[in-house]
Amino acid sequence: MDIRLDGIGHSYGDFEVMRDITLEIPNEQIVCIVGPSGCGKSTLLRFIGGLERPQMGRVLQMGEPPKDSLNPLTYIFQDFALLPWRSVSGNISLVLEDHGIRGASAKLIIDDVLARTKLTDFAKALPKQLSGGMKQRVAIARALAVNPAVMLLDEPLSALDSQTRELLMDDLVRLWARQPFTAIYVTHNLAEAVRLGHKVVVLSRRPGKIREIVEIDKPLADREFGDVDLDAYQKHLWQLMRDEARAADEELIHV
Amino acid sequence: MSELLEKSISFRGGGFAPKPQRWIGIAVFVFLVGIAEWGTQTGWISALTLPKPSDVFDTFCKLYSSGLLYKHLGPSLSRLAVGALFGVSIGIAVGVLIGLFSHIRSGLVPLVAAIFPIPKIALLPLFVIWFGIGEGSKYALIAFGTFTPTVVATYGAVDNVDRTLIRMGQSFGLSWWSIVRKIVLPGALPGILSGLRISLAIAIILLVAAEMLGAEYGIGAYILEAGSLYDLERLFVGVVILSLLGVIVSAVISLIESRTLVWRT
Repeated sequence: MDIRLDGIGHSYGDFEVMRDITLEIPNEQIVCIVGPSGCGKSTLLRFIGGLERPQMGRVLQMGEPPKDSLNPLTYIFQDFALLPWRSVSGNISLVLEDHGIRGASAKLIIDDVLARTKLTDFAKALPKQLSGGMKQRVAIARALAVNPAVMLLDEPLSALDSQTRELLMDDLVRLWARQPFTAIYVTHNLAEAVRLGHKVVVLSRRPGKIREIVEIDKPLADREFGDVDLDAYQKHLWQLMRDEARAADEELIHV
Repeated sequence: MSELLEKSISFRGGGFAPKPQRWIGIAVFVFLVGIAEWGTQTGWISALTLPKPSDVFDTFCKLYSSGLLYKHLGPSLSRLAVGALFGVSIGIAVGVLIGLFSHIRSGLVPLVAAIFPIPKIALLPLFVIWFGIGEGSKYALIAFGTFTPTVVATYGAVDNVDRTLIRMGQSFGLSWWSIVRKIVLPGALPGILSGLRISLAIAIILLVAAEMLGAEYGIGAYILEAGSLYDLERLFVGVVILSLLGVIVSAVISLIESRTLVWRT
């Protein structure tokens, strides 16, 4: 299933946050969206997932999601959004219960996604017992459980320390290599963008517009920490963003 | 080069983190009662000012051995239970509705604010007319008194449920009812329970008021009778029973909290 953004624009009152964003997200590719703070990247992701409505333009899905996909557009949030009163497996069963999947069939799915995220031993743990990285892996497991057609990742690694971030990036690459998925990955971290993105979309500061789309050909599995090719891409992205980021930083916050 | 002076840096952190110290609470009680006993024994505190704690204890033992204790305690506890059950359950229901729906919120929040400060005792004659001089008016008074604080605590608790969890529920396509049942209510539980502490304390306060009219037996009736006769020993016995009741209720809520809120960090 492809996603197409068609002339998306939005403002809060007379405060324009984004303008005329047209973008294709092809099947089984990871598209990273980077931009200075306040450029509306997270808002854009909420439009794509149907949690908010854009004032202008449309979000289109091209083709039908696979039949076995319980929740075609599935988020992974920056702050994990795990229910603290449910165990790891309880948090995953939460998203299955509404589809009438309980008991043995739920257990089958839960065991599978926990194994894929290496969490099998922690099925009964409560979120408060887990580190940040583990919590995010639970959130990834939960997303995998509903078999999404498109994953929407909203700064998924930004609340984690840099070592954990590296580990989780490896996990994401591994998961993608095993079974390619379509993903839209919003981040302000350029290292994450060049590591995980087939395409990196650079947004300008507010009102957010597409500045440039950088394609990175190198296969995901071949990219690694401190890769020279990736550094070149990252440098290019930073040059694009630098002035925007500075200007965005110096802006007064309108509340 | 001169010898450098070696000195360990002074500690200036710590504090601002009170920890529960088990026996100090009991020690304070024992100390105060001890002072009162000593004062009344030596005549330093006159018998008119304060009854002797030992006399109060004797009176309590007599009340217990005569079997009157249960005769008073029974009706009071049932009034407390029925009244608080009504008040708290309606209060939680209304509070959740206020927390979820804009129209209900706009309609009811000012109303609740208007009835909160009314001294419920003042309405006792009205309740007697509406619900009769029997148990009805007593249930109604306690229910009404516990209702308002429960509503306020509940909608505050619902407001404080983490919005990102609700967004998460929506993003996974959970039904409205599932979100309320599995995200909003458990998320509001800590706030509702701490509201319950206040509501139930108010229920105990109102017990005395409820038994002002048309009650032969009951801790409140017992206190009022002793009060009108200036029988300080019996008055204190009644008061001590009420405060024990308060301590027990608070302990029960703590127990429920420790059982249901293990997930809290």
